[in-house]
Amino acid sequence: MNELKAKILDLLKEDARLSPATIATMLGAEEAEVSSAIDEMERDHVIVKYAAVVNWSKVDDEKVTALIEVECSPERGRGFESIAERIYLYPEVKSVYLMSGAYDLCVEIDGKNLKEVASFVSNKLSTIESVISTKTFFILKKYKQDGIIFEEFEDDHRLPISP
Amino acid sequence: MIKDVETQPETRNKRSGMQDYLAAGARAIPPSGIRRFFDLVSASKDSSIISLGVGEPDFVTPWKYRDAAVYSLEKGKTQYTSNAGMPELREAIAEYLHGRFDVRYDPASEVLVTVGGSEAIDLAIRALIEPGDELLIPEPCYISYNPITTLGGGVPVGIETFAKDQFKLTAESLRAAITPRSKLLILCYPSNPTGAIMTYEDLLPIAKIVEENDLIVVSDEIYAELTYGSNHVSFASLPGMKDRTIVVSGFSKAFAMTGWRMGYACGHPDLIGAMLKIHQYTVMCAPIMGQVAALEALRNGMDEMYKMIESYNQRRRLVVQGFREIGLPCHEPQGAFYAFPCIEGTGLTSEEFASRLLTEAKVAAVPGHVFGKGGEGFIRCSYATSVAQLTEALERIGGFLNKLR
Repeated sequence: MNELKAKILDLLKEDARLSPATIATMLGAEEAEVSSAIDEMERDHVIVKYAAVVNWSKVDDEKVTALIEVECSPERGRGFESIAERIYLYPEVKSVYLMSGAYDLCVEIDGKNLKEVASFVSNKLSTIESVISTKTFFILKKYKQDGIIFEEFEDDHRLPISP
Repeated sequence: MIKDVETQPETRNKRSGMQDYLAAGARAIPPSGIRRFFDLVSASKDSSIISLGVGEPDFVTPWKYRDAAVYSLEKGKTQYTSNAGMPELREAIAEYLHGRFDVRYDPASEVLVTVGGSEAIDLAIRALIEPGDELLIPEPCYISYNPITTLGGGVPVGIETFAKDQFKLTAESLRAAITPRSKLLILCYPSNPTGAIMTYEDLLPIAKIVEENDLIVVSDEIYAELTYGSNHVSFASLPGMKDRTIVVSGFSKAFAMTGWRMGYACGHPDLIGAMLKIHQYTVMCAPIMGQVAALEALRNGMDEMYKMIESYNQRRRLVVQGFREIGLPCHEPQGAFYAFPCIEGTGLTSEEFASRLLTEAKVAAVPGHVFGKGGEGFIRCSYATSVAQLTEALERIGGFLNKLR
């Protein structure tokens, strides 16, 4: 990846709404150059989506998120691919990672409430043939996600005017 | 037999008010022009005001250095340090200056850790200035050199610098200001408030004049790391200048450590030795927790520093372009984190402009005249604030200008 693209990503990661013109000014580059770099990264799925980071706890008190450790047996020739696919196609599944270590897949799931998550695990996840075991961990509080600290605090303590 | 002692000396005049107790120097120095503006902004208590008047980074000190200080407090490191500063910190400073700016100092005798760069400036001027000595100061400049000189009975001689020269000090203007009483030259590049820098080629003729006139230079290099496009050149790195230069710097700007008050001075052992004497009688030593954090910054903080510099540079481009687009001429600042646009075209003085900008457009900027000669007609705008705030501020200033036209 070239340097310009890396710098563009750094800026967009912090604020996806920056316009190509602003980015170009900030990086001392041509606007056309920035636009085409962004287009290219969108096309190559380097930039997958521009989404808001939401603090859901402020919106819905009942909503729960759980991390599930899934132990499963890989399939001959396809490894964990097809089982991962069977899991990630569920819309309530937010993320799926293949892990090294004691278990195989790490599944993050959102539910309207505790019951919904429990029912997903027992009815859908555990019943998949190659799944050997699951361990469910509910997230009690999010402090930081994707590099963003959720706790609100006044972070500019500076005097308004100083020499 | 003991003689009766006259209790009232005849020569003493009755003082009529508290002012009469003040030393002449303390009376002579004016209150800071920035202070007046600070009071204006604070008094308004309007949370919608965007301040471009802040002379410090918008980054909080990186957690690594804070953590180092917290840990040292937990371990009970709460004592005095050696007067000149912790030996390992002085060594780290010497190594850093050598690596970054190609100047070599002996940590044992040529490095002094101070309470902010401010103390180092005070010590240098106090150690060298006698009543009547003239101190040459390129202006517009940081606000403390003048009053400190006056306090010591010295005579500040401002040398005006101009936007057409990108606010650099020129050899001609320096030469024109020199008299037989000239003793010290202050250099503050990268400059607060103009963002000007001096390259090696710019400094060479200055060094020649310094040599010819037997001057000492106090080079305030607090913004040394914040240069964009070219590396900072320390005045001490010029041929023959090391012994004639006291380099003043610190951790406030590059390492985002303003509140820690960590600075240092480097120079000839005789000069640093004299400064150390004053330092030990007045403050003993810089606070130990600050020294611990500063040491961590030098040892493990360079990556964080480069990230911050990159971020300032991005915002610098945004702001300079922004000013030009709304019709305020702005020379290209190549250092520090200030833009210094010219507001002369509005027909207002910088004080009027800044006051009206504050009340009518809710943007605070510092009027240029508080920084001395050549500052009138300009305002200082710090771009050490978020991109969103900068964009909004530029829009407001643009609207304000349209109203004036």
